[in-house]
Amino acid sequence: MSAVPRGVLWTLTGALVLQIAFAALQPPPRADAQALPPLPSTPVLRAASLGDPLPFAQMLTLYLQAFDNQPGISIPFLQLDYARVEQWLGRILELDPTGQYPLLLAAQVYAQVPDERKQRQMLELVHARFMDDPNRRWPWLAHAVIMARHRLNDPPLALRYAQALRTHATGPEVPGWARQMEIFLREDLGEYQAAKVLLGGVLASGTVTDPHEMAFLVRRLEQLEAAEKSSAASKK
Amino acid sequence: MSKVLAIAQFTLLEALRTRLLWLALAALGSLALASLFVQQLAIAESARVQTGFLAATVRLAVVFVLCLHVASSMAREFNDKGIELLLSLDLPRPGYFFGKLLGFGGAALLVAGMATVALAWLAPNPGLALWGASLACELLLVVALTLFCALTFAQIMPAVSFVAAFYLLARSIGAIRLISGSELLPQQEWTQRTLGWLVDGLSLLLPDLGRFTSTAWLVDGSDGLPAIAFVAAQTAIYGTLIVLAGLFDLYRKNL
Repeated sequence: MSAVPRGVLWTLTGALVLQIAFAALQPPPRADAQALPPLPSTPVLRAASLGDPLPFAQMLTLYLQAFDNQPGISIPFLQLDYARVEQWLGRILELDPTGQYPLLLAAQVYAQVPDERKQRQMLELVHARFMDDPNRRWPWLAHAVIMARHRLNDPPLALRYAQALRTHATGPEVPGWARQMEIFLREDLGEYQAAKVLLGGVLASGTVTDPHEMAFLVRRLEQLEAAEKSSAASKK
Repeated sequence: MSKVLAIAQFTLLEALRTRLLWLALAALGSLALASLFVQQLAIAESARVQTGFLAATVRLAVVFVLCLHVASSMAREFNDKGIELLLSLDLPRPGYFFGKLLGFGGAALLVAGMATVALAWLAPNPGLALWGASLACELLLVVALTLFCALTFAQIMPAVSFVAAFYLLARSIGAIRLISGSELLPQQEWTQRTLGWLVDGLSLLLPDLGRFTSTAWLVDGSDGLPAIAFVAAQTAIYGTLIVLAGLFDLYRKNL
């Protein structure tokens, strides 16, 4: 250490400080909502994954997720090209068919925009993908039933989804109440109550075990509750 | 100065004699053929897909080839006791370091030029010049870092592993920051906050290579002056930092 000239030491320190200052002065990386690129076909993606599509699909999911919710984008989801989002979610599901993450994003994140057309697009995606594997993907269609009924105010659509649940999700792992979602519709529960029943049922069925996913779903429920309370207060 | 230039000249000559340029040419040719295959697979925007594939893979290939060349050349120098011989002469340690850096830097510029020419038939637009200049800066940083690691570790394996990890991290640090800052994650949790700070801190210490040699410049046009100004400034600052770290280690070393 003593062999190192002081000049080198000081300049090295100065260069390090300069690098830190230069990096700190750069604007933070920002996701550009319009820059979501198209994905190649599934076989090409499989080739790009070097024979291990599952982690590749997970990386794609995280990358897609980072295209919104970034500081500086005021209405991020609305700016996204939903046809492209749909393509991404579809491709990710094809790479990782047992993964539930893309459908969670479709139902709980991308379907929450205040744009009916985009909401319907996401619900239709959930419905279409549910049909590929109903016994595993039923929770997302159950959520779509509630969305269709309470957000879109479209009882026929909600009924169509509820009927799909009843007729296709027939495996032993699907709880009976999920197949009887039509009862919710007929009893005309409020959105919060219906979502509470759904979440309680999902948690009780053991379908969701990941603590992060549980925390996310509980947060969504709390947001719904807060929204319902404030809406009730404003009505008074 | 003449000794420094002599070391640089022999380093460059070694690159030519060990067929570095032929190897780079073979890699470029193979990737060009692979890009034709990719173009056939694309059902839309086939030229764009081909350019994107070729640019991304060429960049990775030349980084890999140059990193291996520098690491193996330095390892041979250590094994043949060449470094000890040179430093026993009337040559200060910085002279040796700068001579090597100049030689490897020259090889990097030649390889960057070849890669740019390989892309010229697909993307003959102003973005190509910027892409080529940016690739040259990226390769200069890689060469300087590999030289530093080779001198520090004195072995190929740890040096190349370190450079590969550094390169991948520096290339993806912007994306990692975006992902870790997502509002979908529970920000009030201390693990998330710590992770966010860690990633932000790391981004201050790494060059933002994600803003270097962007394929979008070739297919969509470039941002022009601001983009190249950032690349030049980052290369100058980080290049200086690596050179000084290398000198620090070389002075410290008891050969």
